[in-house]
Amino acid sequence: MKSLILHTATRLLMALLLIFSLFLFFRGHDEPGGGFIGGLFGAGAITLYALAFGAEKAQQTIRISPLTMIAWGFVALIISGILPMIVNEPFLTGQWLFLDFADTEVKLSSPLIFDIGVYLCVVGFILAVIFSLEEE
Amino acid sequence: METLLAIIGGALFAAGIYMVLRRNLIKAVIGIILISNAVNVLFFNLGRLTKANPPLIWEGNTLPVSPFANPLPQALVLTAIVIGFGLLAFALVLAYRSYKELGTVDLDDMKMDPVEVSAEMRAEEEQVNQ
Amino acid sequence: MLIALLSIFIVGLIAPGLYSVLREKTGWVLAILPFSVFIYFLTLFPAIADGEVITQSTDWVPLFDVTLSFYLDGLSMLFALLVTGIGTFIVLYGSGYLAGHEYIGRFFCTILLFMGSMLGVVLADNLITLFVFWELTSFTSYLLIGFSHDSAESRNSALQALLVTGIGGLALLAGLILMGYTAGTFEMSEILNSGDVLRESPLYLGILILILAGAFTKSAQFPFHFWLPGAMAAPTPVSAYLHSATMVKAGVYLLARVHPAMGDTDLWFYLVTGFGAATLLISAWLALCYTDMKQILAYTTVMVLATLTMLIGMGFPLAHQAAAVYILGHALYKASLFMVAGAIDHEAGTRDIAKLGGLRSLMPISAVAAALAALSMAGIAPFFGFIGKELLYEAALEAPMWSTLLISIAVLGNIAVVAAAGIVAIKPFYGPKVETPKHAHEAPLSMWIGPITLASLGVVFGSLPFLIDSSLIVPTASAIYGETLDFYLSLWHGINLPLILSVVTLLGGIAVYKIWTGLQSSTPAGLYSTTFHDGPKGGYQFLVDGMLSTAGWQTRVLQNGMLRYYVLTIVVTMAVAIGYTFMSRAGFAWNNELGSVELYEWTLFATIIASALIAVMVRSRLAIIVALGVIGFGLALIYLMYGAPDLAMTQVLVETLTVILVALVLVHMPPLKKSEAAGSKFRDAVIALTLGGIFTAMTLTAMTLPFDLFISEQFAEWSYPAAHGRNIVNVILVDFRALDTMGEVVVVAVAGLAVYALVKMNKKQSKNGGAES
Repeated sequence: MKSLILHTATRLLMALLLIFSLFLFFRGHDEPGGGFIGGLFGAGAITLYALAFGAEKAQQTIRISPLTMIAWGFVALIISGILPMIVNEPFLTGQWLFLDFADTEVKLSSPLIFDIGVYLCVVGFILAVIFSLEEE
Repeated sequence: METLLAIIGGALFAAGIYMVLRRNLIKAVIGIILISNAVNVLFFNLGRLTKANPPLIWEGNTLPVSPFANPLPQALVLTAIVIGFGLLAFALVLAYRSYKELGTVDLDDMKMDPVEVSAEMRAEEEQVNQ
Repeated sequence: MLIALLSIFIVGLIAPGLYSVLREKTGWVLAILPFSVFIYFLTLFPAIADGEVITQSTDWVPLFDVTLSFYLDGLSMLFALLVTGIGTFIVLYGSGYLAGHEYIGRFFCTILLFMGSMLGVVLADNLITLFVFWELTSFTSYLLIGFSHDSAESRNSALQALLVTGIGGLALLAGLILMGYTAGTFEMSEILNSGDVLRESPLYLGILILILAGAFTKSAQFPFHFWLPGAMAAPTPVSAYLHSATMVKAGVYLLARVHPAMGDTDLWFYLVTGFGAATLLISAWLALCYTDMKQILAYTTVMVLATLTMLIGMGFPLAHQAAAVYILGHALYKASLFMVAGAIDHEAGTRDIAKLGGLRSLMPISAVAAALAALSMAGIAPFFGFIGKELLYEAALEAPMWSTLLISIAVLGNIAVVAAAGIVAIKPFYGPKVETPKHAHEAPLSMWIGPITLASLGVVFGSLPFLIDSSLIVPTASAIYGETLDFYLSLWHGINLPLILSVVTLLGGIAVYKIWTGLQSSTPAGLYSTTFHDGPKGGYQFLVDGMLSTAGWQTRVLQNGMLRYYVLTIVVTMAVAIGYTFMSRAGFAWNNELGSVELYEWTLFATIIASALIAVMVRSRLAIIVALGVIGFGLALIYLMYGAPDLAMTQVLVETLTVILVALVLVHMPPLKKSEAAGSKFRDAVIALTLGGIFTAMTLTAMTLPFDLFISEQFAEWSYPAAHGRNIVNVILVDFRALDTMGEVVVVAVAGLAVYALVKMNKKQSKNGGAES
């Protein structure tokens, strides 16, 4: 689409939208958000870019191909499943690690890895669809 | 509001079924969207509506403030929405591809004589064999 | 026994491989196997002769009471010896008959598999195991009959045999299961002791009919007799084996086996003896209506099977004695005659009696074998067949009911047997020489050793009956009768009624033989064969054709290729099934809480309903997209109002992407045109509204029922302490129900891959220049 306003706005917005998508994603465990919502939002941001500049350009900008993204998503899902099996707990049991940095506590967990997998799969799926159709 | 939501569900379902029964492939795909919305509403409704609090636990508490909305149907519907979208994307692209291949979106025109199809497949096979 | 059985199956499977190594020697090598199994059974012989019963058992499917259990008594022993003994000769004979044939390896494979299955049938103790082997014989015989798979006749006959015996097999399965449940055990050895339970059970009639259906189809009893002559399309070694000693005798074996448990009732007598007698009468004439040696032999086989059925049906010791003798005698002479017929066919190029004659000097050994076998078949002293026939007459004379009728039928049948024996043994070998398609000479050793040995055994057993009477025939007859019998066989009973009848039979047979040529071509004979051979066969054909055309019609109606009619069928079925169940079981109920609905909620409601209507009614693609968007965002608002922020966000995002996607696709698609008749629109609208109504009614009714929040409350309670998350919905998704989510994510990802493939696939095709778009 050839529109100066869209082009300019997209350039500025894209980064913001992606950061917001990550924000939605990370707060997901405690506030509304999470892998599905963050993923949809992030995919929406890149879709906007693809609409403005074309799928090829969008693909170059994000570098990683949608199918690879889906593959990494699967890897994350499986890792989160297998991690607890190392400590002899059933597949997909949540494992937690709490780190204290001064006054902020950081929670690392296998459900977080799981959610990363969800995020990557959702983004990969939507981009695979949008990119293929946009190229037509 | 449960009554109204039930009627909304029924109306969306009826609209979806009607569209799925159309000859036009695009309309059938739109019917699928409507039906999946109807089913989502059904789930949400059956989990009972609560206007009060969302199923979130405030910082410092260990339990959500009662009364709170039922989280279980929400989790179910959330994934259902995303899966419904996946289905829609696939159906749309399939419709698009068949239009490209066959040059029509009329489901009746897409129908091929089975005898012709098998003859065609046999010819293709022979081509491959050669 | 299990090892003997398994070795046959295993060797059968590797037989084609062996053939590629051993070539012509294969037959001789493979024959060692059935022969050693034969020897193995001979070693068990003394024990059985003493009246012992040997059982062996291995667990198979313990959950369903299925065990690989074997049971060896006199009856099983007789059959096991026949199966392996004749099997040995058949393997040899086959190697000569099919020498150089393209598929000889396949022949060895299937004949050995068949042998194993047949052995399994006669040894099995467990009913289910019996059934499995029973079906295996049907299946392998299908392969054997259809051996010449490039001939349509052969394929049809094979299918016919498979369908007839297969349907009988299903009846048998039902009968065996009912029998097992009624008797409370699936072991035949135990069932034999619980005959009274079976006979008094209300299911007795059903079990009897089902088992008889299995036995009669297998043993070619009227009206299922037509498949056996049809199966003569098989290569002769197969006919000689399947249709003399084994396959067709499986039905007789089954009758004999279940007699102690099921027999001894009037019903048993009427059904079994009745059908046997009817079949005997019908097939006696049919045997004389053909000139093809194998057809004649096939019908005489049907006659013998009918005789056996009749004898087992009579249910008293003498009849069972006769049956035991008949089984052995028939197997010996019929296998030799079949093999001789095959040898003639092989060497002279035809087996049509009308085209054969004077082969005696060219094929002396075959002529001797045929003569010996035919004399036994005709029941002339001192051959084994004579003993059988005398016993048959005695039994028929002493039958508890219908004895005049039965003896007349027996005599008439045997007259036909004598005539048939003359026809197959005298016509081809004696008389003036007739020019045959091939220049005839004696068959190779592998092809005459079987007939001559088996036929000679007929003389040996006939003149020296004490060799086998107490050791084999007595245990067999005892097993059929169910109680230990004590008798001995002898050739000479003094001048009595049976002997006089024998003389009458012989004279009658010779008379029929003399006038056969004229008889055979006469109108009554033709008419008879049309009625009783082609009639049932036509009935079978009618059923098969009917089934095929019904299937075709049904496929055309149901699989009409119109997507919306498929959907219509599903939807209407759903409406009727769900609607009916709902109204009849539950009934409509409703909590009226409309009073508490706020104005903005009414507005939202009206907007969504209106948008749904618009989406359905308009033809503008843009309007439809907008209407869809309004519905989606409307729902998102509802989710938000009722405490589901996660849902609302998801719905908004998905709705946005849906609009983009639909727009992207619709740009490339043609505009929507008005194309449908008002009638179908009205019909669909009615159906859709009905379903929508059911949907709403069921939702409303469900809302009046008590609701259990247990799971949701548990999740809420555990969410923070156990899963360290304050967003319960997200915790459910990524922790409590993570496996579900995983599956769902995989579905989404696969949808993505599929879309990608659909679009890219075509690109590649057009690059290769092969695409038609």
